[in-house]
Amino acid sequence: MAEKIATREAYGNALVEFGNEYENLVVLDADLAEATKTCKFKAAHPDRFFDCGIAEGNMMSVAAGLAASGFIPFASSFAMFAAGRAFEQVRNSIGYPHLNVKIGATHAGLTVGEDGATHQCNEDIALMRTIPGMTIINPADAVEAKAAVKAAIEFKGPVYLRFGRYAVPTVNGEDYTFELGRGVELCDGKDVSIVASGLTVHMALEAAELLKADGISARVINIHTIKPIDADILVKAAKETGAIVTAEEHSIIGGLGSAVADVLSEKCPVPMRRIGVGDKYGKSGQVPDLLKEYGITTENIVVKAKEVIKMKK
Amino acid sequence: MNNEKLAMLTEKAKLVRKGIIESTHAAGCGHPGGSLSIADIVTYLYFAEMHIDEKNPKMENRDRFVLSKGHAAPALYSVLANRGYFPLEDLKTLRKTGSYLQGHPDMKGTPGVDMTTGSLGLGISGACGMALAGKLSGNSYRVYCAVGDGESEEGQVWEAAMFAAHYKLDNLTVFLDLNGLQIDGKVADVMNPTPHDEKFAAFGWNVITIDGHNFAEIEEAVNAAKACKGKPTAIIAKTTKGKGVSFMEDQVGWHGKAPNDEQYAIAMADLDR
Repeated sequence: MAEKIATREAYGNALVEFGNEYENLVVLDADLAEATKTCKFKAAHPDRFFDCGIAEGNMMSVAAGLAASGFIPFASSFAMFAAGRAFEQVRNSIGYPHLNVKIGATHAGLTVGEDGATHQCNEDIALMRTIPGMTIINPADAVEAKAAVKAAIEFKGPVYLRFGRYAVPTVNGEDYTFELGRGVELCDGKDVSIVASGLTVHMALEAAELLKADGISARVINIHTIKPIDADILVKAAKETGAIVTAEEHSIIGGLGSAVADVLSEKCPVPMRRIGVGDKYGKSGQVPDLLKEYGITTENIVVKAKEVIKMKK
Repeated sequence: MNNEKLAMLTEKAKLVRKGIIESTHAAGCGHPGGSLSIADIVTYLYFAEMHIDEKNPKMENRDRFVLSKGHAAPALYSVLANRGYFPLEDLKTLRKTGSYLQGHPDMKGTPGVDMTTGSLGLGISGACGMALAGKLSGNSYRVYCAVGDGESEEGQVWEAAMFAAHYKLDNLTVFLDLNGLQIDGKVADVMNPTPHDEKFAAFGWNVITIDGHNFAEIEEAVNAAKACKGKPTAIIAKTTKGKGVSFMEDQVGWHGKAPNDEQYAIAMADLDR
């Protein structure tokens, strides 16, 4: 877990690399190329990069037109504007006709940091989950981010890719194989399952280590594809460990925690705790401070895991 | 325009209008007013202009048409049916459960529909994407798009206007259907977006103003658009909402209402005159 790299960096690098391989890959941005890292693609493939200016709605519908004409457009902006501002264009221009558009949304969640609440999108997964046929991928690290971009290119249909601004530890090895829609059991355990996604995956692994020191065996599951979610791995975890903690850098309303609860409440209800942003906005601050204040930490995962274990019958 | 072509287009436009009345009457709802206002424009495009093949609706190098004012779906469906994309009889299934003729155009379900539209402002951007794709792939197809004057109150229309001029999409031609009415009343009273000609020109477009019911003027404008290099063209088409049906013409109430049996008979008689 030595190297720290933001998933947006890996996104930018992956676009450059796969841009060589796929001649019909084009990239759109809305005046944030330096931040979303699509600037790397712009430098490498200037003839296939189109800045749309600060007009995200138009960008999404333009992407739909490109996809309807045989191109694979990656439309990029901050999550707030890609999923929030342009929700209706994503729904009606891209989602409804199931067009082959990839939405590369960066700066998701609280780890935007200093820019504060207007730019900290804790609602994008909730919004995107409600669009029929939308695939949502929330990679945990640079390795997974690159693999997710590749999988999105190979998948025919709309995909929402969620990337972060903040550098995160690399948890996956170079030999990692990514399978769209398949959760990954990172370590086995029998007392509780910690279900994480994106930024929280490394925290979940650290929490499992701490719990182990206290004699608790925790399973860690990485749900990189939030939709369609891997119901099998969740039901298996619920059956075998009897308790679930979810952790995400997103609102607990409509995000990973909700998605897991949707599955388990119908298929295998067990005691559950959700860690994430509550029913509130973010704020300006240093990332570690914010994560601590909103309870998205390794320590809180440990606390909630112990809590949920006590609820087991 | 020679007399033979004019007679053919006049006859086809009559059939397209009849299809609009047939389908909305059968549906008991829908948008006849704004469909009738663009009937001549879509008739010209589908019968005299566009490089298309009804037997191969997805032909790669076909010209594209995006009905950004998607509520005028009855006009699009009628012209497609009359052009042979699907049976005329099916127009009567408009908006009915199980029909492939949805209330607003669905590119996945209806042969010949190039872009899913209906939510205003989105279609013109989609048309921009198609035009950009044509440039990128070196394809010579042209993209046509119809935008409503009420629709032009949507900010996205002007985001698209900026985009098309910025990327010099001279393979894109937009018809602005200036029929002057929207749901809540006269466009000028609800939220005045005029003058469209000056606005599009200021955004860097080639602008042509015509009578949207005059085939010779439509032809001349379309040819001028094709000849214009380096700029997209906006054809500001002055039209009459409800054109061709006596009691619907220029009546705000006929935006989104279907004719009953009695009105249907009058409308069909009007169109036969």
